[in-house]
Amino acid sequence: MENSTRLDLYRQMVLIRTFEETILREYHADKAPIWDIGAGLIPGEMHLSAGQEPVAVAVCANLTPDDAVTATHRPHHFAIAHGMSLERLAAEIYGREDGLGRGRGGHMHLFDPSIHFSCSGIIAEGYPPALGQAFAFKSKGSQAVAVAVTGEGAANQGAFHESLNLAAAWRLPVVFVIEDNDWAISVPRSLSTSVASNAERAKAYGIPGERIEDNSLEDIFAAAKRAVDRARSGGGPTLLEVHTLRLWGHFEGDAQGYRPDLDGVAQRDPLPAYEMHLRALGVADDDVIKGAVTEAQARVEAAISFAKSSPIPEPSSATRYVFS
Amino acid sequence: MVKIETSPQQVTSRKLTVSKAMVEGIAQEMERDPSVIVLGEDVGAYGGIFSSTTGLLERFGPGRILDTPISETAFIGLGTGAAVEGMRPIVELMFVDFFGVAMDQIYNHMAKIHYESGGNVLVPMVLMTAVGGGYSDGAQHSQCLWGTFAHLPGMKVVVPSSPADAKGLMISAIRDENPVVYMFHKGVMGLPWMTKSTHALGDVPEESYTVPIGKAAITRSGTDVTVVTLSLSVHHSLDVADELAKEGIECEVVDLRSLVPLDRATVLESVAKTGRLVVVDEDYQSFGLSGEIAAIIAEEDPRLLRCPMKRVCVPDTPIPYARSLEQATLPTPTRIAAAIRDVMA
Repeated sequence: MENSTRLDLYRQMVLIRTFEETILREYHADKAPIWDIGAGLIPGEMHLSAGQEPVAVAVCANLTPDDAVTATHRPHHFAIAHGMSLERLAAEIYGREDGLGRGRGGHMHLFDPSIHFSCSGIIAEGYPPALGQAFAFKSKGSQAVAVAVTGEGAANQGAFHESLNLAAAWRLPVVFVIEDNDWAISVPRSLSTSVASNAERAKAYGIPGERIEDNSLEDIFAAAKRAVDRARSGGGPTLLEVHTLRLWGHFEGDAQGYRPDLDGVAQRDPLPAYEMHLRALGVADDDVIKGAVTEAQARVEAAISFAKSSPIPEPSSATRYVFS
Repeated sequence: MVKIETSPQQVTSRKLTVSKAMVEGIAQEMERDPSVIVLGEDVGAYGGIFSSTTGLLERFGPGRILDTPISETAFIGLGTGAAVEGMRPIVELMFVDFFGVAMDQIYNHMAKIHYESGGNVLVPMVLMTAVGGGYSDGAQHSQCLWGTFAHLPGMKVVVPSSPADAKGLMISAIRDENPVVYMFHKGVMGLPWMTKSTHALGDVPEESYTVPIGKAAITRSGTDVTVVTLSLSVHHSLDVADELAKEGIECEVVDLRSLVPLDRATVLESVAKTGRLVVVDEDYQSFGLSGEIAAIIAEEDPRLLRCPMKRVCVPDTPIPYARSLEQATLPTPTRIAAAIRDVMA
C-alpha cells in the first residue's frame, strides 16, 4: 500500500470517528435527565459504527462513485467512506428538509443516487437489491461493481443465502462484505452460527471466500482489491468476512450487560492502533495527526451546523413522495 | 377507455385472450425500450406457468428474459436494485400466495425506497403475479390478496379483467415511474386448461396504447344497483347482470381496474345514481376492499344508499380444496345474483 493511501485512509477513519462521536454527544445531549428514545433533536434508534471504520475505508478505497454500496442499519462509516456529503447525511439524521431523504428516511435509510448508495434497516435484506444494481451495471456493459454489506448475524438469514447463490449463478459483479463484530445485538456468534468463519459458506456457492482477522485495514484493503478486481473483470462475486469491533453498544442506550469483553474493548480500538502503525512507518507525526483531527472536527462541525439550520419538514407534507 | 397513440383511422383490432394481450403489451414495450426485462420462475422456455410470457424468450433472448432460481427474495430484490439503476424490470411472482417468502423485499424495499429517499430514487418496476381460485388448488395457491398489497403504501395495484385493459394497463405499468403490482386472475387469462370465461376473449387494438392507472370503467350501465367489482368477478357480474335484466333489474357494473390509486369518484357517482350497492370481491371479506368501498360511501354521504349494501366476498376462511367447499367460498354468479336480488327486495 502506498503511504499516501495509508494517510488518506487514516484521515477518513478520523473523520468517521469524529462524526460518530459528535452524533453520540448530540444524540444524548437533550435526552437528559430522563432518557427518552423519541426525544431530542435526533430522535429514534441510533446505531453508531465506531470500531468498524477500517472495513468501510479499506473496502471503499477500491471503489469509485460509479460503484454501488448497500449498507446496513449501521451505515455511517460506509456512507462517509463512499463519499456521501456530510451535510446531507447529518441533515437526514436530524430529520431535516435538506437531508438525503428530506427527513423521510432517517439514519437507517440513507439513499444517495449520486454515489449509488443505499441502506436497508432489515438484516440481510440489502443484499438482493445489490444484485440488481450489479445486474444493471453488467447489462449496460459498465465496469461498475456493487458492494453489499451485512453483519455476521445476517449470514443466517435466507436473503443472504439466496443472494449468494443467485449472484454466483449469474456471475454478477458483486462483493459481499460481512462485518463480524462478534455480536448480533446481544447474541454471540458462537450461539448463532454453525461455522467458525462465514467465509467458509462461500464454498457452498462456488465462489471465493476470505476471512480477514484483527480488523486489519491493510489486509482488508488487499482482499477487497482482489474481490473488486475479480468482479470488474467478469469473474463474479466474492464473499469477504472481516473480524471487526463494535466499540459501543448495538444502539445508543444499550447498556451491554451481556458483554463479557467490554473491559478489553478500548485496547482493541483500531484507530489508535493504526495511528501507531503510521508513526512507526514514519508516515505520520504529531502534526499530521493533529491536522487530521482538526480538519475532521471542522468538517463535522460545519455539517452539524448545516443540519441544525435546515428547515424542519412541514407536517402537512408527510404524505408527499409516496409516489413520484 | 383506452388511449390509442395513433389516429383512430389506423386502429385495427382483433380478438385476443387476456394472456395474449398481456404478452403483446410486454413485447411492444420491450421493442420500444431496451431497459425493459422480464425475470421470474419459468418465464423463459416455459413461457410463464399461466402464459404471461409466452414467446418472449424466442423474441428477446436470455439476456432480457431471465429464468430465476426459486429465490423470490433474491430476484424480487434484484428487480428493485435494477430499477433503481434505471432499468424497467417486470418481475413475476408465480402465485401471489408466495409473497410470504419475499414480502420484505416488496413492502419494505420496493415500495418504500422512493419515499425514504424523499423522492430522489425512482423504482420503476412491475411485479406481476397470478391470483385467484376456482380450480381446486387449495389454500396456498388460490388467494387474491390484492387488499393486502393495496393496504401497504408505496405500490400501485392494478387488476385487469378484460383483454384490452390487460394490455393497456401493462403498458402503463411498465412506463410508470413507481412500482406497480399487476395482478392477473388465472381465470381471466383464457387458458385452454382452465374453465373458460367468455369475457377472457375480446377486441384488442394492435397498436401500442395505455389504459390510465387509477381509473375505473363502467363495463355495463344500469339504473337500479351498482355492482363494484374487479378481475374475474367482473366477468361473473356481467353474466349475472344479463340474467337479471330479463327480470327487469338493471345493474351498473363498475370494474375498478386499479386499487391504488382507487377511483373513488366513479364509485360515488354510480351509487349516487342507483342508490344501491353490492361489492363483489374475491379477496377475504374482513379488513379489505369491500370495507374500503363501504367507507367511501360512509365518509362521503351515507344517504346515497337507499338500503344497506351487500358484500359478496370470500368468507374469512382459507380457500378449501374440495370443489363443493371451494365453490361455497368464492363469489360465484349464484351468490352475486342472490345479493343483488336482496338489495332490490
